[in-house]
Amino acid sequence: MDLSLSTRNVSGPGGDRTVVEVGGEIDVYTAPKLREQLVELVNDGSYHLVVDMEGVDFLDSTGLGVLVGGLKRVRAHEGSLRLVCNQERILKIFRITGLTKVFPIHTTVDEAVAATD
Amino acid sequence: MATVELRFSAQPEHVRTARLVAAAVARRAGVDEAVLDEVRLAVGEACSRAVGLHRSHGIPSPVKVALTEEEKTFSIEVGDDVPGSGASAAGAPEARPGVDPHDADVDGEDEMGLAVISGLVDDVKVVSGADGGVIRMSWPIAPAVPLS
Repeated sequence: MDLSLSTRNVSGPGGDRTVVEVGGEIDVYTAPKLREQLVELVNDGSYHLVVDMEGVDFLDSTGLGVLVGGLKRVRAHEGSLRLVCNQERILKIFRITGLTKVFPIHTTVDEAVAATD
Repeated sequence: MATVELRFSAQPEHVRTARLVAAAVARRAGVDEAVLDEVRLAVGEACSRAVGLHRSHGIPSPVKVALTEEEKTFSIEVGDDVPGSGASAAGAPEARPGVDPHDADVDGEDEMGLAVISGLVDDVKVVSGADGGVIRMSWPIAPAVPLS
């Protein structure tokens, strides 16, 4: 299964947020597409991103690298990158790499959009 | 002798095939269903790393995967042809031609792959030799339940 990506803008209490809905598999083959999407959003001035991973079936360290790269890019503009994920097998990868301390992880898109801290 | 052997050109699109084959063979060998996700992820990480090493060193030979069912364990060996490709070689991005060590996304990806593997798999060994490196991982096989 390939990677699917779609973006939409949502207004939250802290301002506009761009929700990136990711589906399918994020691996060494598909991760460059996600990287391009995140780079493009930041280049276009979207600095507050919510990456919805509920439709992700598989994530590996290449995908983690792309998310960390995205976080670095938005932080350079004082932005934010929040994740939405409830899947235990995906959360486990964030835990074993210590990245749960790096990314705010939310259970719903609404919660992520509403977060302002 | 390995139950199933796989060789694929060092291209990212083939890593998914290796994951699917490894998971299918592991399931057949009797690896617990709950662990199959880990097998899939670990073999994917090892293959991604091998593909990256072959490509960054311009090595045209294929990446090798051996899936072996033993009496009480199921083991996977992922081999590359990059001399001295153990943890230290992979962990030095500045030593890899064509890779900018300051690129936010590339820097540290190899270490993260190995970190994922060692976090997931209890029994893992990374061997590097003059002919290349091998990541060997194994999982216990659940005792066979006789058909009633």
